[in-house]
Parts: sequence; structure tokens; C-alpha cells
Amino acid sequence: MNWIYEPWPWYVAGPLIGLTVPLLLLVGNKKLGISSSLRHICAAVAPANLNLLKYEWRKEAWSLFFAAGVLLGGFVGSYLFANPNPVAISEGTQVYLNSFKIKSSIGLMPTELFNWNTLFSVKGFLLMIVGGFLVGFGTRYARGCTSGHGILGLSALQWPSLIATASFFVGGILFSKFILPYILTL
Amino acid sequence: MKNIKYLAIGLFFGLTLTKGEAISWYRIQEMFRFESFHMFGIFMTAISTGALSLFIIRKLKLKTATGEEVEMPKKEYHHGVIIGSLLFGFGWALTGACPGPIYAQIGSGFLVTTFTLLAALFGTWCYAYFQKYLPD
Repeated sequence: MNWIYEPWPWYVAGPLIGLTVPLLLLVGNKKLGISSSLRHICAAVAPANLNLLKYEWRKEAWSLFFAAGVLLGGFVGSYLFANPNPVAISEGTQVYLNSFKIKSSIGLMPTELFNWNTLFSVKGFLLMIVGGFLVGFGTRYARGCTSGHGILGLSALQWPSLIATASFFVGGILFSKFILPYILTL
Repeated sequence: MKNIKYLAIGLFFGLTLTKGEAISWYRIQEMFRFESFHMFGIFMTAISTGALSLFIIRKLKLKTATGEEVEMPKKEYHHGVIIGSLLFGFGWALTGACPGPIYAQIGSGFLVTTFTLLAALFGTWCYAYFQKYLPD
């Protein structure tokens, strides 16, 4: 049973993640997608008479249950089946992150960056608040995220999803190369 | 509660994302720097599995649990697919999370990332507010 505590290699995790697509379809004709849950929460909490938020969000309640499940999955994977070792990132990335005094410690996130003190610093504000804002704004603008476009859309050979996924990566690659280093030195 | 099954599927999805370390900020940095195959391997095998399953569903004309025709996903092009996706890419590099992992990061004990989720909700709401002024 050791395998359950160790991180799962890509050839185990990837196919299991992909199985979510037929699982949702066969169980209830639901399409994999997570960013829509953000929209449903906005529609439920503050519709403000906006076109995008005026609909029967209760009919989409399954999506909120799904999102809650993902949160629980994070808990189960990090507490019940926790990896006792730091994330085994490549040496190149370790050296790079060390140059910003970011050490790989046990847990999936660097505690140096993601903690309650940094939240109120410029660096943490950029990483969590501005970052989160861009994730929400961008995925709604693109009408899908890594799951809806990247996994489901590409599985269904939808070319707009290919453009979306390529753009996710172009954005991420350019940002990590040219802007993130300045933020990490703050 | 007919929605409980989606909680279970979500748990499965979140668990695989977490154990595959796809919610890890470290892994996302490594991916954008092309310093490991790990994340790319996850994407390729996830998409292949999804595509193969859709092919089988179509070929065998499988029905849903309640006997409905399975609706195949369709995505339409609009310019937001490029503009929005680029903006999301910036956010992904900052937070180390796409929307699924935002929830899973909270579950994994980094409670401070609740603020990433709140910011993402605010971002979603702002898009809804400014939609009419933005190119589609």
C-alpha cells in the first residue's frame, strides 16, 4: 500500500484524470469543467442583473458538489495519503527556485510564499490575489479552463480548445520567464 | 440527494490531481520552464484517455445511467479563447493553480489560498460586469 502515499507518476495520474470525462458523461450527461462553478457561485451570490449571471444556477448545482468534491480530494490526498517527502521537482527547477530562497519542503506549495503573512505583502498579494483574479477573469473570458478546454475540449477534438490550451501555455511560459522573476525577488 | 454522486466524482478528480501533484506550485513552475516531462505526461495521457473514452461511447452508442443519449461536448471559437486564455495563463503561473487546483489547494491545507478562490470569484464577477465593453 506504499504506492498510495507516494506521489503518483504521470502515467497513473494522467489516465485517471482523463477518466473523469466519461464518468461525468455516463453518470449524468455532465461535461467536465471547473471554472463554471465560479460562475455559478457568482450567479448565486451577486447576480447584479448581469447578463452572464442571470440564469437558473440551481439547475447547475451538480457543479458545486463536484467542486466541493475536488476540495475534499485535495484533503484526502494531502492528509490521509500524504507524501512524506518534498515534491521531487527536477534539479534545474530546484536551483532556479533556490536562487529566490524558495526551498522545496514537504507539502505541495512553498510555505515561504503562501502563508498568512505574505498575503498582506506585495509579493503575496500579487501571487494570490492578482493571480486568482486573473484565473477567474481569464477562464470566464475564455469560457473554460484547463479541464473544460484542456482535457474535455481536446478529448472531443474541438479546435477552439486547442487554441485556448495553447494560449494558456503561451501566457504561462511568457509570464514565468519575463515577469515572475521580478515578483519572486520582491 | 441526487448530487452526491458528483461530490464523489469530484473527490476522485481532486485526489488524482493532488496525488499527481498537478496542484503543486512547484510542478507548475517546472512545467512552464520545460524542466520535467511530468505535467506534460499528465496532460497527454489524460487527453488520450478522454478521447479514447469518447470514441468508445460513440462507437458503442453508450447511454447515460438514465438512458439518455450522451451529448458530445462542443466548443465554439470567439476571441476570448485567445485573450482570456492568455490572462488565465498569467494567473496560472502566479498561483500555481487552475480553477480545479484552487479548490484542491485549500483542501490540501493551504487555507490561505481561500483568498485565491475569493479573488478568482471576484475576477469572474468582474468579467461578467465588463463583458459588454470587451471584444468577444
